[in-house]
Amino acid sequence: MTLPNPHDGFPILSLLIFAPLAAAALAAVLPGERLVRIWALISTLSVGAVSLMLLGRFDAASGEFQLVEHAAWIPRFGISYTLGVDGISLLLVLLTTLVMPLCVLCSWRYIATRVKEFMVCLLIMEAAMVGVFTALDFVLFFVFWEAMLIPMSLLIGVWGGARRVYAAVKFFVYTMAGSVLLLVAIIALRLQVGSFGIPETMGRGFAPEFQMWVFGAFFLSFAIKVPMFPFHTWLPAAHVEAPTAGSVILASVLLKMGTYGFLRFCLPITPYATEYFAPAILWLSVAAIVYGGFAALAQSDLKKLVAYSSVGHMGFATLGIFSLTQQGVEGAALVMINHGVTTGALFVAVGIVYERLHTRDLDETAGLGKRMPILAGFLGVFCLSSMAFPGTNSFIGEFLVLAGGFSVSKVLIVVAVPGVVAAAAYNLRMLQRVAYGGTNNPDHGDVRDLGAREVLTLAPLLVFVFWIGLQPGPFVNIMRASVARTLELAQAGAAQVAQGSVTLP
Amino acid sequence: MSTSEFVMAFLPELVLLGGALVLFVIALGANACGRARAAAVIVGVLATGASVVALRSEALLFDGAYRVDGFSQWLKLVFTGGATCVVLMAGRVEDIRKDIRAEYFLFLLLAVVGLVLVASAVELVALVVSLELSSFALILMVPMRREREGQRSQMESAIKYIMFGVAANGVMLFGLSFLYGLTGTTQLAVMGERIQPMLGSPLAITGLLLAFAGVYYKLAVFPFHFWTPDVYQGASNETAGLIASLPKVGAIVVFVRLASLAMPGSETVVLVLSVLAGASMLYGNLLALGQSDFKRLLGFSGIAHGGYALLGFVALDEAGFAAALYYTTGYVAMVLACFVVISRVSRDGVNVAIADLAGLHRRSRLLAATLLVGVFALAGLPPFVGFMGKLSLLTAALAKGHLVLVVVAVLNAAVAIYYYLRVVKEAFFTNAPEGGAEAEPIRLDVGARVACVVLIVAIVAMGVVPSAIIDTIADSVRWVTLAAR
Repeated sequence: MTLPNPHDGFPILSLLIFAPLAAAALAAVLPGERLVRIWALISTLSVGAVSLMLLGRFDAASGEFQLVEHAAWIPRFGISYTLGVDGISLLLVLLTTLVMPLCVLCSWRYIATRVKEFMVCLLIMEAAMVGVFTALDFVLFFVFWEAMLIPMSLLIGVWGGARRVYAAVKFFVYTMAGSVLLLVAIIALRLQVGSFGIPETMGRGFAPEFQMWVFGAFFLSFAIKVPMFPFHTWLPAAHVEAPTAGSVILASVLLKMGTYGFLRFCLPITPYATEYFAPAILWLSVAAIVYGGFAALAQSDLKKLVAYSSVGHMGFATLGIFSLTQQGVEGAALVMINHGVTTGALFVAVGIVYERLHTRDLDETAGLGKRMPILAGFLGVFCLSSMAFPGTNSFIGEFLVLAGGFSVSKVLIVVAVPGVVAAAAYNLRMLQRVAYGGTNNPDHGDVRDLGAREVLTLAPLLVFVFWIGLQPGPFVNIMRASVARTLELAQAGAAQVAQGSVTLP
Repeated sequence: MSTSEFVMAFLPELVLLGGALVLFVIALGANACGRARAAAVIVGVLATGASVVALRSEALLFDGAYRVDGFSQWLKLVFTGGATCVVLMAGRVEDIRKDIRAEYFLFLLLAVVGLVLVASAVELVALVVSLELSSFALILMVPMRREREGQRSQMESAIKYIMFGVAANGVMLFGLSFLYGLTGTTQLAVMGERIQPMLGSPLAITGLLLAFAGVYYKLAVFPFHFWTPDVYQGASNETAGLIASLPKVGAIVVFVRLASLAMPGSETVVLVLSVLAGASMLYGNLLALGQSDFKRLLGFSGIAHGGYALLGFVALDEAGFAAALYYTTGYVAMVLACFVVISRVSRDGVNVAIADLAGLHRRSRLLAATLLVGVFALAGLPPFVGFMGKLSLLTAALAKGHLVLVVVAVLNAAVAIYYYLRVVKEAFFTNAPEGGAEAEPIRLDVGARVACVVLIVAIVAMGVVPSAIIDTIADSVRWVTLAAR
C-alpha cells in the first residue's frame, strides 16, 4: 500500500496534536490554580470541538488513509512527519479528544496539589495519544508511543494513592520493556522497505520467517499495552494507584493503543504470522475474558474490580481482532470504543465515591444509593453496559465479537461463556452493594449527591452508552470500509506468502 | 597560504591558545579564581564563536599533519561549546583546593585545546601528541580536589586514571607502530591507501586492534573501563563532568580516523568490536543497577554508553561512524545535564548520592527539569537526542546484519531504564525530609541557569529536529573516510 496523496486543506491533525502542546505551554505560565483549571477545560473542549470537524471531512466510504499530512523530517534516515486517519483511528482520535475534557472535569476538585503540573501532564498526554493514533510513520508513532510514558508515570507517581511510586515505576518499566523490541522490528522493516512510512510496509508479503520475528516484537509490545493475560500484572497496580483522571485515561485510551497496534500493524504488515499465531492468541483472549471476570468477582476494592474487568473486556477486543473476520474486527473496534466509554465512566463514578467516603471498599460503600440516588442511577446504567446488557453499547460490540469468533471456533466461544457470566455477576454485585445494599451506614450521614459538574462529567458518557447501544450504525459505518481494507491487506499478504511471491529478507 | 587564510582556518585554536596564555598570566596572581573563571567563560564563548565562524573552513596545515575540514570544524564547535557549559557549570569550584583554583581553569582550557587539536590531526604523531595534551591536563585536574574525610581519595583516582591511561596509550602506540611498519608512513591518508591490500594480514589486524586501545580507554569500553567509576567518584564534580563528556567525543574522533583504515570490512575487527560492545553494555548496565552514588552510576552507565557507541563502529561504514559521532555529541549534552545537577545539588562539593536528590523538584524546578531531560535522554526516550542517537546506531548496525548485537543493545536499554528511573523517582516522587538541609531551595547563579537552559534546548532540539546536525555529521564523516582512502 502506498502513501495516499497528502491532503492540501487545513492541517487539522497537526492542529489536534500541537494545540494541546501549546495549551500545556501556556498553562505552565498561567498564574493561579483556578485559572489553570479553566484554561485546561477550555483547551480540551476546543480540541474536542475541532476533532468533530474530522467527521465532516472524512469519507467513510473509503478505507484509505485520509486527511494525510506529509513533510520531510529526517530524510537521511527515511523518517517523515506523516499523519493520516482511517475509520479505525478516527474513532479512537474522537474518543481521546472527547474523553479529555471529562478528565479535566473529574479532577476539578480531586486534584488539589500542584494543579498546574497536573493539567500540563494531561495536555501533553492528549497530544501524544492523538499522535499515536494518527502517525503514519513508524518513528513518529514510536516517538508518540513513548512520549506518553513520562506524563502518565508522573500522573500516577505524583498524584496517585499510597503505593503510587511502585505503580508508576512498574507501569513505566513494563511498557518500556515491551517497546524496546518494537524498535528493532521497526528498524528491520525500514531496512526492507527503505523508509519508515507505515502505509509503505502494508501488504508487502515479507518472507514468512521475517514476519514471525517482526510479529513477535509487535506482539510483545502491544500485548503488554492491552494488557493481554498474562502480561496484565502492571494494570491493576497502575489503575488502583492512579488518580481518577489517570485511571480514565488508562482505561479509555491507553489500553486501546495496544489493540490499535494489533489492528494497524499485525494484520496488514505481518499477515502470515498473524494467521499463524491467531489460534494461540484467541485462546489467550478467552483466558483473559474468563480470568478477568473471575478476578473482578473476587475483588472488594471497587477500583480493582473495575481494573480487572478491563482485562476481560480487552480480551473481547483481541478475540475480535484475531478472529480475522469482518464481524469480529468491527466488533473489536466497537469494544475498544465501548470500553473507553463504560470503564471510563465507572472509574469516574468510583472516583466520586472515593472523594466522598475516602474508601473504595465494597462493604463500606454499601448502601450509598440511599444518599446518592443520582449516582446510583448512573452506576446502574454503566454496570448494565459493562455486563453487555442489550440496548447498551457493550452488547452490540461483544455480540459482534462473539459472532465473529463463533464462525472461527465454537469451542472457543463456549469456553468464554463463564467469563461473560462472571461479568454479569461482578457488575450486579457491585451495583447491588453500592446502590441498594447495606442499611444506614453512619459514615454516609453527610454525603451529598452528585453536583452539576459531576453530572456534566458522567452525562456525555451516558449518552454514548445508549447512542451506540441503540443506534450503532453510524459508528460501524465510519470504520466498516477501513476494517474491510485492513482484512483485505491481511488476506492478500497471506496469499502472497502462500504463492511464494515474497520479498526476501 | 596567506596569513589571513591561515588565521581563518586556525581561528578556534588561536583563540583557545591565546586564552590559555591569558589564564596562565592570571593564574600567576594571588586569589585569581574569580578572574580566572570570568576569563575562562569569555574565552569559551569567544572560542565557540570562532568555531562557528570557521565552520566552513578547509585547509591542510603543517605539512599535511593538520587537516581543517567539515569533520574537524564541526567537532571544534562541540568541544568549545561543551567546554563553555562546563565552565559555566563549574561555578566557584568550591571543591578545588583554594590556592589552585585559577590553575584549574587553565588546565581545563588546555584539555580542550588538546581535544580541538585531536579533531584536526591526520598524522599519527600529531594525533598522539594532541591526545596526550588533553590527557595530561585532565590527569592534573583530578587530584586538584580538596582532601576530605570519608571520601574516595582524589590521589587514588588520579593514580588510577594515569596508570590505566599510560597502559592504554602504550598499547595504542604499539599498535600504531605496527601500522607504521606496514605502511611506512605516519600520514593517515597515505596509510589508508597503502594498508588496503594488506587488510587481511594478521599484522594489520593486530595493529588496528591494538591501536584502538587508546580509544577504548577514553570511551571506558570494557575491559578498559576500570578507572571510570573510581575516577568519577574521586574527582570533583566538575572535573568528573568534563572527563565524562568531551574526551569521549575526542575518542570517537580518533576512532573514526583509525577505523576508517579498516574499511570496507575486516571480519576479525568487526568480531572483536562486537564482543567489546556487547560486554560493555552488559557490564555497565548491570553494575549501574546497584549504585547509590550518582556519579558512580553515571560512570557505569558511561561504560554501557561506550558499548552503544561501538555499535556504530561494528557497522564499519560511513553511516555507522556518523551515528556514533551523533550519539556521542548528544551524549555530551545529556551527561553534562546530569553533572550540572550534581554540581549544584552537592553541598560544598561533596559527592551526591541518589538519595540526596530527594525532593529536587521542590528545591529547584529548573534543576529537576534538567535532570529529567538528561536522564530520560540517556535512557533513550523520545523525543530526546538519546533516542534518535540510538535509532541511528541500531539502524546502522542492523543494516549490516548484526541482529544479535542489536537485540542485546535494546534489552540493555530496557535494563537501564530501571536505574535511570530510580534517579527520576527520587527527584520527583520522594520528598526531602522536612526541615533538613536537603529541603532548602537551591539558588542558581546565572551561569548555571544558562547552562541548564542551553543543555535542555540542545537535548530536545537535537532529538526533535536533528536533520541539519545529522546531515552535517554524515557529510563530515565522508571527509574522513575519503581522506583515508
